[in-house]
Amino acid sequence: MKVLVAVKRVIDYNVKVRVKADNSDVDLTNVKMAMNPFCEIAVEEAVRLKEKGVASEIVVVSIGPKVAQEQIRTALALGADRGILIETEEKLEPLTVAKLLKGVVEKEQPQIVLMGKQTIDSDNNQTGQMLGALTGMPQGTFASEVAVDGDKVNVTREIDGGLRTVALNLPAIVTTDLRLNEPRYASLPNIMKAKRKPLDTTTPADLGVEVKSTLSLVKVTPPAERSAGIKVDSVATLVDKLKNDAKVL
Amino acid sequence: MAILVIAEHDNATLKGATLNTITAAAKIGGDVEVLVAGSGCGAAAEAAAKVAGVSKVLVADNAAYEYQLAENMGELVAELGKGYSHILAAATTTGKDFLPRAAALLDVNMISEVIGVEGEDTFVRPIYAGNAIATVKSSDSIKVMTVRGTAFDAAAAEGGSAATESVDIAKDAGVSAFASEELAKSDRPELTAASVVISGGRGMGNGDNFEMLYKVADKIGAAVGASRAAVDAGFVPNDMQVGQTGKIVAPDLYVAVGISGAIQHLAGMKDSKVIVAINKDEEAPIFQVADYGLVADLFDAVPELESAL
Repeated sequence: MKVLVAVKRVIDYNVKVRVKADNSDVDLTNVKMAMNPFCEIAVEEAVRLKEKGVASEIVVVSIGPKVAQEQIRTALALGADRGILIETEEKLEPLTVAKLLKGVVEKEQPQIVLMGKQTIDSDNNQTGQMLGALTGMPQGTFASEVAVDGDKVNVTREIDGGLRTVALNLPAIVTTDLRLNEPRYASLPNIMKAKRKPLDTTTPADLGVEVKSTLSLVKVTPPAERSAGIKVDSVATLVDKLKNDAKVL
Repeated sequence: MAILVIAEHDNATLKGATLNTITAAAKIGGDVEVLVAGSGCGAAAEAAAKVAGVSKVLVADNAAYEYQLAENMGELVAELGKGYSHILAAATTTGKDFLPRAAALLDVNMISEVIGVEGEDTFVRPIYAGNAIATVKSSDSIKVMTVRGTAFDAAAAEGGSAATESVDIAKDAGVSAFASEELAKSDRPELTAASVVISGGRGMGNGDNFEMLYKVADKIGAAVGASRAAVDAGFVPNDMQVGQTGKIVAPDLYVAVGISGAIQHLAGMKDSKVIVAINKDEEAPIFQVADYGLVADLFDAVPELESAL
């Protein structure tokens, strides 16, 4: 079966973002960018499905500026077969991203769409679910285990009280949680090989999707600073402070 | 202007997160109606009708909604939601699962994890793991959003007397089914609702050592959480994880034991009223947000803390 994986170029997760002085947005100039960690897990799962003989082809898609090719190349180095970049300079909301991905899904007809549960920049956690609504495919969100069984896929989901398994008809969408797998690293030979793998570029207009925005950013501010705390020298002092100063015990 | 709040429940009881969501809805202003969709969910609907500030409870009682599968819930909420100005659900794993689906069916954008209401179309939400706070304005005809429970007080569970009305919309997409469930059993308070949370990290060394934290927790009625490192190391189950990718808590007191304080962990707890850090590394970033820091070996400090309480 064919597996489609969506990946996003985001700020590296170890970087602490700074808000611009004019409060218009966060400052991303000269900041290290990388593949969103949840997308890495999605790529890894797709590669494992291929290694198990379940998947026959892995197509990786990303939406963003030209430089987002880097993240597609990374996915190709990890084992994906070919890439698609939907090139746009605009900042897109999840609904538009889902509409663009729907265009790719209709063209490629994958049996499983794998994507991260959320990106660590906008923290929305919406795109996979929205793609499900637009395509009519069932969704297995926050997956910690994926098992393809004939024309169904059993997805174990991380929910608030524990774990829940759902059986989804294929084609289906799976969004990955952290514990689904541990992504591998790309080896140097594979990075070299990835440079020769096909990568097509398309645009939102080619896919017939109008890029429009209904959400506008009024301002971005840093979170409230916590006032500096104190160091205590013993458990007895700590308990005393909590009881008498903070009054939380 | 009427606002629809989708209730979080397990058919028998209404979950606390619903009460916080109702408060957020009341802040927007307008009639607050609550949808209880489930199977045999009469008791949850009755509880919802008693919540202060609720004007009407809609009950969609159908086998298709028993497990609140996103495919069926999405279609129900999209159809029912057309008549409302706002649709809200708690930012729990259930709300996050079905609400984006409903929003896409309505062809509107969604706003995730709202922590503030500035007006009927302007909302506040954290981005970049809580390292920036965005104020967003929506021009969508229907504003769809999930609400972060810890940012709003719970509405009074008693005092209301809303009428209940049954909704006869059966949506079964027929593409997904519940297979099985494995819920963690705990007698301690729920992590997201507890007033005191004590969490352990990689420094705990192994799962058995969490017993020390459980003992402290039981003495003060606290919930026990964990950092991702502790979960990934297999010390404790993943539903105990506090952080950007786990649960967001904001208790009166948060005690971080053997947790270094990575950005992703801080995203889940830095709105706690008082933060205590116990760590043997005095350079650990957790001390930058802690109100009270104790540089000590947790294997000495935690048993000492237990006997001091």
